[in-house]
Amino acid sequence: MIADMNPEDIVGDYREVSLQLYGSILRKILYTEVETPYPDGKLIVSTTNPDGIITHVNRSFVEMSGYREDELIGAPHSILRHPDMPPAAFKDLWETVQRGEKWQGYVKNLRKDGGFYWVKATVIPNVRAGKVVGYTSVRRKPSRSKIEECCKLYPTLF
Amino acid sequence: MSFQFTVSPDFTPDHLSGWYIFNTWLQKQTELAIHLEMYNDFQSQRDAIQADNIDLIYANPFDAAMLVREKGFLPLVKAEGAADEALIVVNANSPINDVAELQPGARVAYTEDPDVRLMGMIMLEPGDLDKNNIEPVLTDNYVLVAKHLLKGEADVGIFLAEAYDDLSSMVKKQLRVLVRSQISVIHHALMIGPKLRDRRDELQKILLEMAADEKGRGVLKALGFNAWQIVDDEAMEFMIDLMDTLNT
Ligand SMILES: Cc1cc2nc3c(=O)[nH]c(=O)nc-3n(C[C@H](O)[C@H](O)[C@H](O)COP(=O)(O)O)c2cc1C
Repeated sequence: MIADMNPEDIVGDYREVSLQLYGSILRKILYTEVETPYPDGKLIVSTTNPDGIITHVNRSFVEMSGYREDELIGAPHSILRHPDMPPAAFKDLWETVQRGEKWQGYVKNLRKDGGFYWVKATVIPNVRAGKVVGYTSVRRKPSRSKIEECCKLYPTLF
Repeated sequence: MSFQFTVSPDFTPDHLSGWYIFNTWLQKQTELAIHLEMYNDFQSQRDAIQADNIDLIYANPFDAAMLVREKGFLPLVKAEGAADEALIVVNANSPINDVAELQPGARVAYTEDPDVRLMGMIMLEPGDLDKNNIEPVLTDNYVLVAKHLLKGEADVGIFLAEAYDDLSSMVKKQLRVLVRSQISVIHHALMIGPKLRDRRDELQKILLEMAADEKGRGVLKALGFNAWQIVDDEAMEFMIDLMDTLNT
C-alpha cells in the first residue's frame, strides 16, 4: 500500500495530480518544483522483492527520499514515482530486468516533501542459486547535460 | 597437500611482511601447508586464479564476482569496519572546484587498483567524463598519482582514500579533494577456493578468535587491522551485485 501524499509534508507551492500505479493503486501526488541536488560521492541503493516491494534501503536512500526507513520497507517502489516520468521508462525497466538483464536509465524521483531529485539508475536482478530473488537498484550522480536531455525527451514519451 | 595463498596486489607495501607473518600464524593454527605467493599485478594474479592455482586469497572487490561465480570461492572474513573508498583530487591551485567543470580530454591519473578506478570513474561521470573521453595517466602507485598532480601532468587524480590520507601533510597541502566517496559496502575479503571448502567453519572460527588472542592481535596489527569480521554468502553476493551495477 502507498498512502496519498500529505499537504503537511510538502515544502513550497505544489500541484496536485492522481497517478495510476500498478496493481490498480490510485495515488494522489503533490509535487513542487524544488530540486534536491544529488550528493557527491554517494550511492543510493535499494532492493525489492520480485514484485517490486522494497525490502532494503541504504542511508542515502532514506536521506534523499525524505521518507523514514519504516515507511519505505514494504512499500511498492512506485512510492518515488514522479508524474514527469513517462510510463514507458518503467515498462522498459521491468521488461529488461525480467529478461534477466541490466537496466540503466535516468530517473526523476519524487520526494516525500513534494520535491524531486534526478539519478542515474542501474537495476539488476539478484540471482541466488539460479533463482531471481529480487532486484537491486544503485543510483549515482547524473551529469547536468544528461538531465537536460531527459527534460527535453521525457515529455515526448507520454 | 599444499595450498596457495595470495593477496590482492594493491596491499600497502608497509604490510607486505604482515602478510607473511599472517601466513605463518595461519599455518600453525590450521596445520595446513600454505604457500604465500605475491603477484606484481592484477593480471598475473588473475591468470593464476584462472589456472586454479589459488586456494586462499585476500581479494579485491572487483575480482569477487569472478572468484565466486566462475571459480566457486566462498567468503570468510573482512577487516573489521573496513571499506574501500575513492577520492577525486586536484592540485590545490587548480581552477576546478567541481567535477562538473572538468572537460573531455581531462588527464586522469590513477593506478591499476580496479575497484578504486571504478569508483573514481563513477565520480567523474557528473562531468560527462568516461573512459572513452579522458586521457588516462596510468601509474604504479598513489605517490606517483600525487606527483603527476603536483607537476601539472594530470588534471585530476583518483586515490584510494586510505592511500591519500597516508600521504605526507606537505604533499596534501598542495592538493585538494573534490569528492570523497561514501559507499561503505565495498571491501576486500579473505576468500577460500573449492579445495578449502570443507575447512570453512574452522577457518572462520580461528580468524574471528584472532583478536582475542595476544599473539593473534600482534599479527593483525602487522596487517593494519583490528580484527576480522565474518562475511556471509549473502553479504558477498550483495557486494558482487553492487559492483555489477557500477561496472556499466
Ligand atoms: C529495484 C527497483 C528499483 C526501482 N526504483 C525506482 C525509483 O527509484 N523510482 C521509480 O519511480 N520507480 C522505480 N522502480 C520502478 C517501480 O517499481 C515502478 O514500476 C514505477 O515507479 C512506476 O510505477 P508503476 O509500475 O506502478 O506504474 C524501481 C523498480 C525496481 C525493480
